[in-house]
Amino acid sequence: MRYLIALVLLFCPLVGWADDWEDRLVFNEGAEGPRLRVISSTDTVLFAPVIEGFVAENPLISVEYLVSGTADINRRVRETPEAFDVIISSAMDLQLKLANDGFALPIDDVPVPSWAQWHHSLFAFTSEPATIVINRTAFEGQPVPQTRQGLIEALRKRPEAFRGKVGTYDVRQSGLGYLFATQDARASETYWRLMEVMGSLDVQLYCCSGDMINDLADGTILVAYNVLGSYAAVRTEGKDALEVVLPTDFQTIMMRTAMVSRATSEPKAAEMLLRYIVAERPATEDTSPLPLLQSGGANGRETIGLNPALLTFLDGLKRTKFLSAWEDAVIQ
Amino acid sequence: MTTSPTVSGSLRNRLVLTLIGGAAVLAILLFLTVRSYAAKVAQQGQDDILGASVTSILDAAALRDGQLEVDIPYAAFSMLSTPSDDRVFYAIYQDGAFLSGYEDLGLAAGPVGGRLAFETGEVRGERVRQVSAGRTLVGLGRQTEIEVALGQTQDALSDTLDQISRNAAYLGIGFFLLTAALSFWVTSTTIGQLNKLTNSVTRRGPQDLSPFKKPVPKEMAPLVMSLNSLMGRLDQSLSQSEDFIAEAAHRVRTPLATVRSYAETTLHRVEREENREALKAMVRAIDESSRAAGQLLDHAMITFRADHLEREEIDLVILCRDLVQRLIPIAEMKELTLSLTGEPSVPYSGDPILIQNAVRNLIDNAMKYAPSDSKVEISLLMHPTPQIQVRDAGPGFPPDEIDTLTRRFERGQNAAGTIGSGLGLTIAQDVATAHGGSLILRNRKKGGACVTLSL
Repeated sequence: MRYLIALVLLFCPLVGWADDWEDRLVFNEGAEGPRLRVISSTDTVLFAPVIEGFVAENPLISVEYLVSGTADINRRVRETPEAFDVIISSAMDLQLKLANDGFALPIDDVPVPSWAQWHHSLFAFTSEPATIVINRTAFEGQPVPQTRQGLIEALRKRPEAFRGKVGTYDVRQSGLGYLFATQDARASETYWRLMEVMGSLDVQLYCCSGDMINDLADGTILVAYNVLGSYAAVRTEGKDALEVVLPTDFQTIMMRTAMVSRATSEPKAAEMLLRYIVAERPATEDTSPLPLLQSGGANGRETIGLNPALLTFLDGLKRTKFLSAWEDAVIQ
Repeated sequence: MTTSPTVSGSLRNRLVLTLIGGAAVLAILLFLTVRSYAAKVAQQGQDDILGASVTSILDAAALRDGQLEVDIPYAAFSMLSTPSDDRVFYAIYQDGAFLSGYEDLGLAAGPVGGRLAFETGEVRGERVRQVSAGRTLVGLGRQTEIEVALGQTQDALSDTLDQISRNAAYLGIGFFLLTAALSFWVTSTTIGQLNKLTNSVTRRGPQDLSPFKKPVPKEMAPLVMSLNSLMGRLDQSLSQSEDFIAEAAHRVRTPLATVRSYAETTLHRVEREENREALKAMVRAIDESSRAAGQLLDHAMITFRADHLEREEIDLVILCRDLVQRLIPIAEMKELTLSLTGEPSVPYSGDPILIQNAVRNLIDNAMKYAPSDSKVEISLLMHPTPQIQVRDAGPGFPPDEIDTLTRRFERGQNAAGTIGSGLGLTIAQDVATAHGGSLILRNRKKGGACVTLSL
């Protein structure tokens, strides 16, 4: 356990710097108008174009963009809701619980489909699948697995090649990892078998997608499971060795969500930013590295629904039970 | 000469107000009933889902190795998803101690046991419908009580209720408008029957006392019946009195003639001057009485003929010329000249006996009041209506009485020295009216009266 934390600290070099933010950037510094504090789990590089677009349209507003992990965002918002104006996270369940618990400010008439918003307070703005990213060198002369079952077979076939070289989220630390894990477990038993196989191969556990892909790129690991598609797409650009696999058996698609904090001191500006992010940002793949919102079911894909069912696995008893089952499978 | 009846209230207003008031009350009742029923149904729907959800959570509770495990099914919260994204709160208690969920959601008061306890309360500033249920778990040598409270906000419910209320309101308003329109229609058709009867009474001629024969609604039959019987009696008593007058006049006239001839005979034999004067006065009085009786008879005859007017084609000029020729001897006795002027021929369709009678009365009057050696002019005109004008050079009508002179037995103040019954103008007027015309009295500028019988 201590080893794991040390590992996490190692891969998160920014931890410990200035109020423990993974990243911090101020847009439009020196603007006369209000300053918005945005707490987000999305890497600055992905989200910067959106904020830049917003401050270009609203030159009086400055935005302080703070990046942290999903679980950390949840904790910080609950501790000091007044410290943030807009909250963006990929952990839909934690976001929904925040909204359900009354941390979100309801905003009327945001032009999003009803399935992409909850209680007029939580708004989805991307659709991003969980993917398997593999290093092609590991599968030379072998077929690249397209399903979880295929991955299990490939791992079982050459355990020595993959020992210590597979990675996935540490669901105890990552809110998004926990969301993907619980949804996978709900969808199929295959998830548990995959976890057992990965556990037996001395799986590397990560707090964040970014670190996982970095390790993949430099060959530390060969297979990463449940990596966010958007991160994978950005990071694998120009790295021919990496291949992003959208599993064909079933897909788990997450929607990145945003809300305005109920305790915000700048409700007007925060609402403007939220509207910009959700509905007004230039909506083409070219101008923004963030994927667009897509209605689920179009390609037979399964988008996690924004509904109270997301509260289920956040229940203390349920979470304890799930984590113990997960630890039983993964940590051997 | 009609006195306005004493009016108290209005049938139409009473009907309309009663019907519309009733419709309004019914519409409001309809609205409230639909709304409260819908509210009950909607609440029942939410309660059913909450009940199913809490039951599925309780079912997922189990004692494993003496430890309580509650594996909340994904569907338990999934089924609470609503179009309005209602917020969901839950709390799990073991033996009264909080275990998991939202601590600020309390359990329902009182023992819960196996049944579901519903209540509406407030959690985190929102109205929440809450269900509480419990279950006893028995493990190895251990027994524990698990209780679950589950709450949900009521946004979707109130949205549904708003929609239903709106629809119910539309329904109520529509019902009201329809009923109001209907009540206006019903009222006007009902009152319309009364108006129809009123019109047919008003339109009747002054002499028309025949019974009403047009069909009327059943409810109005008694009114029409009593109206008919009233008019029947009126008609009967009128004709009785007319008959009586005619009979009386006739009976008086014959003996009067006898008395007059005796008086004349006596006058020739009497030689004392004062006796002759008394007899002359007697003859004059007898003349007056006989003339009055004659006019009464004329009047009765005219009333009868006017009621049963029989028109025939006549020429008024010929009619008047005959009359003038017959009257010339009397005129010459009074040293008066009668002149007939105007159109050479005025054809008209009317009752010649009536018209002759009227014109003779007018000429009689003129001759009575005209001074000696003057002229009575009778002129006939075709336009604008066929009319006969009789002018004299007498004193004319007293101006303040000109409107009342045509009434029965009404005589002018300046008529004291003249023989007359006061029926002459009445007869002329009745004839004019019976022919749809009128009698116009006026004074000539140069003095004298001018009477126009316009037909």
